[in-house]
Amino acid sequence: MLSIAPKVKATVAGYLFIAPALVGFLLFYAWPAARAVGISFTDWNLLSEPVYVGLDNYAEMIQDEQFWNGMKLSALYVLLNIPLQTVLGLFLAVAMDRLTKSLFVKATVLLPYLLSNVLVALIWLWMLDPLLGIVNAMLALVGISPQAFLGDPEQALISIAAINIWRHMGLVAMLFLAGLQTIPKYLYESAALEGASEWRMFTRITLPLLRPVMVFVLVTSVTGSFQIFDTIAVTTSGGPLDSTRVIVYYIIQNAFSFYKMGYASAMSVTLCMVMLVYTLFQMHILRASESDLA
Amino acid sequence: MLVVTVFPLLVVLKTSLVNSSELFDTATDLLPTSPTVVNYEKVLGLLTTEEAIVNGGSGANINILRALLNSAIFTGVIVVVQTFNCTLAAYAFARMRFPGSKILFGAFVASMMVPAVVIMIPNFVFVRDLGLLDTRAGTVAPYVLMHGFSVFFLRQFFLSLPKEVEEAARIDGANPFVIFLKIALPLSWAPIMTIATLTMINMWNEFLWPFLVAKDPAMQTLPVALQSFRSQTPQGQPDWSGLMAATVIATLPTLAMLFVFGRRIVESVQFTGGK
Repeated sequence: MLSIAPKVKATVAGYLFIAPALVGFLLFYAWPAARAVGISFTDWNLLSEPVYVGLDNYAEMIQDEQFWNGMKLSALYVLLNIPLQTVLGLFLAVAMDRLTKSLFVKATVLLPYLLSNVLVALIWLWMLDPLLGIVNAMLALVGISPQAFLGDPEQALISIAAINIWRHMGLVAMLFLAGLQTIPKYLYESAALEGASEWRMFTRITLPLLRPVMVFVLVTSVTGSFQIFDTIAVTTSGGPLDSTRVIVYYIIQNAFSFYKMGYASAMSVTLCMVMLVYTLFQMHILRASESDLA
Repeated sequence: MLVVTVFPLLVVLKTSLVNSSELFDTATDLLPTSPTVVNYEKVLGLLTTEEAIVNGGSGANINILRALLNSAIFTGVIVVVQTFNCTLAAYAFARMRFPGSKILFGAFVASMMVPAVVIMIPNFVFVRDLGLLDTRAGTVAPYVLMHGFSVFFLRQFFLSLPKEVEEAARIDGANPFVIFLKIALPLSWAPIMTIATLTMINMWNEFLWPFLVAKDPAMQTLPVALQSFRSQTPQGQPDWSGLMAATVIATLPTLAMLFVFGRRIVESVQFTGGK
């Protein structure tokens, strides 16, 4: 008895400590995740009782051009967004590492990230306005005719990518800057003594040693970008001509505008699977990403 | 870069000070020629609807002070309660042995990887069935109890904290909660504040869930109120000056935050990536 009592006590204490978090996890993550799968096998408009339809939603999804269009647009958006954002952020980080330690500069660089997606979208919606926006006014000064930007099916997704690059570039730079500061200065000093060029030092020292941060930045920003919603809700609502109807936007629309809960859930479960495969693939790379410094 | 960051904000500020009838003529001006505060009066609700429309308003309405207050309550409640719950759980996962702790911790970490949209629909249904649509409780519900990343992050910290002092207290017969409060917590303010800062930034900017759950203007947080103000304005001729005045007001709390907690915010953001 005496030897069991402390163990029981420790168990009770442990569960008391995690109780609030555990309730939150069960009610708002685990159960809804399982329920999403359940709802995906039903036809349900939220008002009447859900009707079990088996795999019908998934069958419908595979034949739904808008679903494939959404997946394609999300992937395309990631491809537009991530490379530029990462390269610009890295460039900015190197420049800041060299030129300044000023907190004011860091805070200013980070500011766009601290504004909500909604605010940033509003700011750029105005700047890119075809008639009155300053971007077209400035293009006119150098003789370029006005562009429709968010109103043009060819330019809308690119414009949204540009808006989010503006919001995230500073964040990426701050993360890289933190990584840069862990690289010992003597590596550069000895390389400089051997007459290595700036570019050689960047490619042979900086880039390899930044790999762990690089992986972190890529994993979080790719999964984040794939789920873009807010900016589109404010700027284009999926238009013009479906050119920005990315998958998450289409899912939310099906659920909360068309009240097709089952169909929306089927697509969201599919999206989850796609992300899971991507994450596993990334974990595989992550394992190879231990810092070369260690 | 500073220009790239600041320039759009200056354009917004300028626009907010221009009377909407003059927008076309002043598109390339960097300073307002005849500044006016009428747009601010409009979004702060100081004008009647008729006066607002005469001054280029669209008749759309935004109660920006109420939205600010809602955002402050929403963010404040979540930052305090969620951070406390996560700290407790993280401490237990780092320091206590109880059956199932490893599996549960693994499950918490896995919760970080589920795309928000997947659990959004069942959570909406759940909150609706509880009768909590358009209530504060419903708006904060999915956030207040836990956050996978915070538990993960704080557990890492507690693992690195030396055990000796806690051991000594345990031998003296102190109970786990007292040890946590009196010993572990005071040593952990820095990482707890880091997590609280990040949570504050994320929750202040959160859009999708409050947008789905809190349609009632009385409950709308700032991003939701701004979006509905924007979508009320006609597509052809939005009330740009009014929108930009609202944007300026909505930017001020973030600027103030950055001004007061600048170092903390910069370090918090950097810390997540560096580790």
